[in-house]
Amino acid sequence: MKGMKVFLMGLFLAVLCLSGAFANGQQEKSDDTITVGLSNNGAESGWQLAYYNSVHEEAAARGWKLNYVEAQNKQENQIQALRSFIAMDVDAIVLQPVVETGWEPVLKEAKQAGIPVILSGRGIKVSDEDLYVTLICSDFITEGEMAGEWLADQTNGKASIVELQGTAGASAANDRKKGFENIINTYPEMKIIKSQVAEFTRTKGKEVMEAFIKAEGDSITAVYAHNDDMGLGAIQALEEAGMKPGEDVIVISIDGIKDAFTAMVDGTLNATVECTPLLGPKIYDAVQSTLNGETLPKFMPSDDRLFDTTTAAKELPNRKF
Amino acid sequence: MNIKQSKEIWAFLALSLILLFNLIFTQGFFSIEIRDGRFYGSLIDILNRAAPIILTATGMTLVIATGGIDLSVGSLMAISGAIAAVMISNGDFPTIFLFVVPIILTALLGVWNGLLIGFRGIQPFIATLILMVSGRGIAQLLTGGQILIFEHQGFELLGRSYFLGFPVAVSVALLMALAINLFVRKTAIGLFIESIGGNSTASRYVGINDKMIKVSAYVVTAICAAIAGLIMTGNIRGADSSHIGLGMELDAILSVAIGGTVLEGGRFHIGGTILGALVIQSLTTTILTLGVPVEITQIMKALVVVLVSFLQSENVKEIFSQYFNPRKKALLTPIEKQIDDSTKEVLNV
Repeated sequence: MKGMKVFLMGLFLAVLCLSGAFANGQQEKSDDTITVGLSNNGAESGWQLAYYNSVHEEAAARGWKLNYVEAQNKQENQIQALRSFIAMDVDAIVLQPVVETGWEPVLKEAKQAGIPVILSGRGIKVSDEDLYVTLICSDFITEGEMAGEWLADQTNGKASIVELQGTAGASAANDRKKGFENIINTYPEMKIIKSQVAEFTRTKGKEVMEAFIKAEGDSITAVYAHNDDMGLGAIQALEEAGMKPGEDVIVISIDGIKDAFTAMVDGTLNATVECTPLLGPKIYDAVQSTLNGETLPKFMPSDDRLFDTTTAAKELPNRKF
Repeated sequence: MNIKQSKEIWAFLALSLILLFNLIFTQGFFSIEIRDGRFYGSLIDILNRAAPIILTATGMTLVIATGGIDLSVGSLMAISGAIAAVMISNGDFPTIFLFVVPIILTALLGVWNGLLIGFRGIQPFIATLILMVSGRGIAQLLTGGQILIFEHQGFELLGRSYFLGFPVAVSVALLMALAINLFVRKTAIGLFIESIGGNSTASRYVGINDKMIKVSAYVVTAICAAIAGLIMTGNIRGADSSHIGLGMELDAILSVAIGGTVLEGGRFHIGGTILGALVIQSLTTTILTLGVPVEITQIMKALVVVLVSFLQSENVKEIFSQYFNPRKKALLTPIEKQIDDSTKEVLNV
């Protein structure tokens, strides 16, 4: 029996090796079409869906092959996806990281295999910047600053703000907080009185806001949410507590999803800073230039705009996400 | 009931401690106002937010008592919410259908879990992992990866409305938990479950249909998760497939553990589980209200959990009872003590 097992094991390994050899052989033949491996976060929001559509449509338009793997918001899944991209020997890897840290080992493997890595959506922290080609995303610090400036403008520099933070450790959360504080700190009468993580979701946004309302009551004059979903959750909490979001309490959030525009037309949300997901063309341009041997700047920001109740109605029909 | 033997006492103690802490340090935590004809305050928030945890944890208690575990509850919540939202946006169904159809479909997934575990003998951990991972995918497919928002007065009754000033969700969750408890305790089912958890094979030889009881436990859990999903979906008027119920399986298991049910199976305590769910939620609400720095939040939760498990452990209890009754224990030799303990267990004193 034992001999049988060993034999089967050996057979299995032989098949594995052979299949690997064949797979490699096939890869090298079809070298003229560009293959891109893309690992993203998860299709949890309208933003991600629009991003998904954008990268797929653009790949189809260019006749490129796109390997798209979703990470269900787990870094280990992304690392696994990257390793399989390396094994497949793709031409370029596009990574939309779930978190900022812990990428060095796998990026080193990609570098050794000679595959360029382009980051999109968020940045990462690595000691050696040569591990990736460029970062294509919104500048989260600028977004936070835009939100802060708008709020300072609307309230004449006087506000008691509660802040709903994104997932702890995500650069979108860290930088949107930092950017916002950069502005707020220059106004002595603008203060963040409460700040907690609400994980970028509506349910949590609502739950955290309920607790804030119990703790601070009517002294809250503004809500700053790191994304629209949390902002929309907070609006529901305010409404259920008998307060008027948009009037009694100013609500500003970031992302610019369709629901946010609907809420602005209803007058419950005051403003949102757009964070565009339509990055497909920009990403593939960068891939093309890299493959052509050009050097790119380490950061290529996308062009984000701020919308408030005065501009929302006109923009609503154009929203793709 | 003998206080020293009661498993619920530690969960109760933990809950009291958290509330006591709030009484001293959190201003206005206990104030309950009446706004728009309903009660309003932090305590009501705790109950309201704990309702989904109470529901899933109650089902989880039965599953754990049979010696199993159900990791798929969070995904089942997402699925039932997604089904309801899809129904609302794609047709004009009678309101009752919006509750019944998602619950029945989710119950079928519970049957699937139960069949894998009861009849195929697959490890519960692995069997329910299948739906935990794929279930969320199914829910995302149903809603097209987006948050499917809706407005439907009838459906929102469960998640948003108030009855006699109290959130409907709380009443539903407590009624469901009490009904399940009554059912298993007033029939022999409860004993059967405990017996299966103690020793599945022995139970079968005694004539207990262990397979069917296991399947039933997973179905009940799925139904509980389905209702919890409907509550959360109704509460935010949207099916957030990617996030609703995320990590709920852990909260549920934690509630069961805090409530004094041993995770290996056997004896279970639904009352303790309800207290456990309240402990978890009051801890979360306390942290949010107090404004504890974000970085410390998780550590604080962990500390409380460690403390509760510590208090529950047999060794610690031994030390306590020695402390309160030093003479008797000190005189016994280790073997005598063992006999003493096992006699106690048999006599159930």
